[in-house]
Amino acid sequence: MSDLPFLLLMIAVPAVGAAVVAALPRGRDQLARQVALGVSLLVLVLAVLAAVAFDTAGERFQLTSSWTWIADFGVSFALGVDGIALVMLLLIGVLVPVVIGASWQDDAAGIGDVATDKRSMKAYFAWLLLLEAMMVGVFAATDVFLFYVFFEAMLVPMYFIIGSFGGPRRQYAAVKFFLYSLVGGLIMLAAVIGLYVVSNSQLGEGTFAFDALRGLEIDPGVQKLLFLGFFIAFAIKAPLVPFHTWLPDSGSEAPIGGAVLLVGVLDKVGTFGFLRYCLPLFPDASRFFAPYVLVLAVAGILYAALLAMGQSDMKRLVAYTSISHFGFIALGIFAFTTEAATGAVLYMVNHGIATGLLFLVVGMLIARGRSRQIGDYGGVAAKAPLLAGVFLVAGLASLALPGTNSFVSEFLVLIGSFPTQPVFTILATAGIILAALYILLMYQRTMHGPPRGVLLQEDPAEPLPAGGGATATLAAPTRSLRVLDLDRRELAVVAPLVALIIVLGVYPQPLLGLIEPAVSATMSDLGGTAR
Amino acid sequence: MIEAPDLSLAALAPLLFIFGAACVGVLVEAFWPRDTRHPVQVSVALVGTVGALVCTLLLAGSREITAGGALAVDGAGLFLQATIAGLGALSLLLFAERSLDPARSAFVTSAAVPAGSPRDRELLTSTRVQTEVYPLASFAIGGMMLFTAANDLLIMFVALEVLSLPLYLISGMARRRRLLSQEAAVKYFLLGAFASAFFLYGLALVYGATGSVRFSDIRSASLADGTDILLVLGLALLVVGLLFKASVAPFHTWTPDVYQGAPTPVTAFMAACTKVAAFGAILRLLYVAFGTAEWTWRPLVYGVAIVSMIVGAVLGLTQTDLKRMLAYSSIAHAGFLLTGVIGLGAGGEGSGLAATMFYLLAYGLTTLGAFAVLTLIRVGDGEATHLSQWAGLASRSPLVAAVMALFLLALAGIPLTAGFTGKFAVFRAAIEEGAWPLALVALLASAVAAFFYLRVIVLMYFSSPAADGPTVGVPGLPTTIVLAITATATVALGIVPGSVLDVAEQAAIFVG
Repeated sequence: MSDLPFLLLMIAVPAVGAAVVAALPRGRDQLARQVALGVSLLVLVLAVLAAVAFDTAGERFQLTSSWTWIADFGVSFALGVDGIALVMLLLIGVLVPVVIGASWQDDAAGIGDVATDKRSMKAYFAWLLLLEAMMVGVFAATDVFLFYVFFEAMLVPMYFIIGSFGGPRRQYAAVKFFLYSLVGGLIMLAAVIGLYVVSNSQLGEGTFAFDALRGLEIDPGVQKLLFLGFFIAFAIKAPLVPFHTWLPDSGSEAPIGGAVLLVGVLDKVGTFGFLRYCLPLFPDASRFFAPYVLVLAVAGILYAALLAMGQSDMKRLVAYTSISHFGFIALGIFAFTTEAATGAVLYMVNHGIATGLLFLVVGMLIARGRSRQIGDYGGVAAKAPLLAGVFLVAGLASLALPGTNSFVSEFLVLIGSFPTQPVFTILATAGIILAALYILLMYQRTMHGPPRGVLLQEDPAEPLPAGGGATATLAAPTRSLRVLDLDRRELAVVAPLVALIIVLGVYPQPLLGLIEPAVSATMSDLGGTAR
Repeated sequence: MIEAPDLSLAALAPLLFIFGAACVGVLVEAFWPRDTRHPVQVSVALVGTVGALVCTLLLAGSREITAGGALAVDGAGLFLQATIAGLGALSLLLFAERSLDPARSAFVTSAAVPAGSPRDRELLTSTRVQTEVYPLASFAIGGMMLFTAANDLLIMFVALEVLSLPLYLISGMARRRRLLSQEAAVKYFLLGAFASAFFLYGLALVYGATGSVRFSDIRSASLADGTDILLVLGLALLVVGLLFKASVAPFHTWTPDVYQGAPTPVTAFMAACTKVAAFGAILRLLYVAFGTAEWTWRPLVYGVAIVSMIVGAVLGLTQTDLKRMLAYSSIAHAGFLLTGVIGLGAGGEGSGLAATMFYLLAYGLTTLGAFAVLTLIRVGDGEATHLSQWAGLASRSPLVAAVMALFLLALAGIPLTAGFTGKFAVFRAAIEEGAWPLALVALLASAVAAFFYLRVIVLMYFSSPAADGPTVGVPGLPTTIVLAITATATVALGIVPGSVLDVAEQAAIFVG
């Protein structure tokens, strides 16, 4: 059983699934949904089986497999996971079926504007599955070249998801997303080739294998350059202030499902890259640059939180909260303690679940009200108590209330960082207070108080006034959807995430058990100040 | 008593094949009855190119200098000749497409009739097909193949003319927008004549400095006395002549106009094959004749590469016509190719040569495919090359849009396409030689260039179709074959490039 090439299957199954879904005849949207959901559930099963087969006391990289890919470049199609990558694969496995479920009726309820009427949903699901394959590849690659290939190729499905199915400014957002990531990726490509050249001179033959590269003794000056090459790419992806400006646009224009995967998984590639590549490969440079990175991280926590409070567009607000949270993750990673970095990895998972849920709920609200503006809602809780309840759970998880999953990770990051970086940690703590403000204010304005905005509009067919948001032009359904509570499909979509928030809030040990050995190994690569 | 030079006919077989086909084509043009001439001409030209391709493949591995030392048959030459012959055959297929234009051909029936005259209007609707383009193109392909094999400067000059003159002619033969096409031809001819003059002058100076036009003699002369001002000046002038053909900025100004004005199949032919031939000649001249004096040309190529990448990428942003955009893309790619040329090791090793050859193959296939797609999108009688006309193409014709998107992503260098493999190869070669500032500029230029490729994808996929949009022609068999081959190759060279890279690596040898 454990001999199965889980990782290869986890890439191949959604990739083949994407091809199958894309090849379905036009108009078979229902079938496309079912196939997509089935494929994504299969990947989830594979991810769980892989986690079961993973031995926490065993080698650092497990489930490895390797084939020569491009011999001339010294590239192998080498896959393998450590605990950090494995929890990310689990997160992907959970989020993709949820996203597919959440996008089930998007053609009717409207995720974008007019264009989605004409565009078959099967293209959307095919891109989602292709994206899943690429995301698995990014986390499972143990060859730096292969990692780079997935890192860049991943942009294409996301670009089409945002561009084809997004909101009114989707063209702008899609191009901005693509170009930011591409620029970062190209700078990283220079560093990847630089690593290859160094390995060529030190090992006698060029290689991209992570394990071989880890053993290199790189000159400190070169290390700094290569570190920056990787760091900029990851900082754009993560995103850290000041490389963040693409995320609010992409996050708010992407369809809800795309947005969940964008901030839930895609952006984690950045923080994952810090841990997997920057720290072990360039330990001296990492220590050299750590104070600067921490400044960016803490600045991001506070600045993005302040911006989040000022947003009137709910999707933008959630995107800004993510930037703030990514600051916490970067803080945990660059504090160089096992505890903080373990917390940071757990934070990556928890943020994917909590913010993913928040995006989903916001999306459900938007599907009802056809507006992304906070000011267009009020008193929703009275009409839709379930929706409001889930909204509250997601919000509280997002602000790291004790008892929710995020609390564990945020707490670990903060107490882990304090011994080495007391000043930055204290400053970061202020972010927690701001988080309470921006989440609770949004909740209060939309869910409580007197009915406002769209709830007062009796005739749903009447288009919203200007500024009414993303979906105003879509033909409205005949009955008033906007005051309905969650239906069974929506409950089924949010239930797993709500359950995970609670369970991981009180019993995070299984994940910590997976994460900690890998983080310890990373910290020992780093040597020196790591404890 | 004049001694006849040694001639290895076997080694010359590819050239004999294609030139033979071209001569037969001239005879067919003169004597074959008009009503069945078109298929015969197409077959003759295809037999010539495919035969030449097969010959180069059979010759693989041979290394010799023949024809009295004037021609080199070596791995690099054969690889590039095979590339030219293969891409040439695909271009000829585009020439032969008959189902797209309502008048059954992209070429004017009688190029001598003044545009707009009554006779011209009469011929506009005639379904008579002009077939002179096939022997002309065959000569051009033969000249290109000779260009990459030339082992002395005189042969190189002759080849330059043999490839250029037919190109000047066929650029002016567009059936639609004839004035634009004729203007392009005149511009190309005038500027091309200048470039040839530069080349010839450089040749004379080099001969004056070294007393020989043979590459091996130039090599030893430049080794002995590398500071000879005549030699350096001569080299500079020669390179200018070649950079012109390769459409490298700042010698690029003809490119957008000619690419736009020429019939699209000819543009495809020029973008793919001329580029390969010109770079073949540049590589041979720099590596073989001046390989030991690289300090003389390295700074020049370095600077020109940067200029070309920046000019191509930045000016490409402002274009609204797809053919012009692809022309600027071709200028930027010429800069990327020069990045590979820089990757020549000091001792003649290094992966620069193999990388450049692979890039040429990958770029040739991709750009040929992109132009082939362009021939499909038509409005009225002509092609719809304005960007705005491509809005919403994906909802109208998903397959065509997907194929075009693939080519654009490959040109932008996105992984899992041929363009990425090529870019990686040349950047690696440059960085290995310590030219990482050049590689950094190249990476930034790629990012800028990516924007205009993306813009087309945005238009095709994310915009609503215009009310009076263009029609998507149903391609006939020839264009379908071209699209299938180029699209498959673009994907295959991105996903499993190993074997082709191996071949390029093994072929990366110059005799000299």
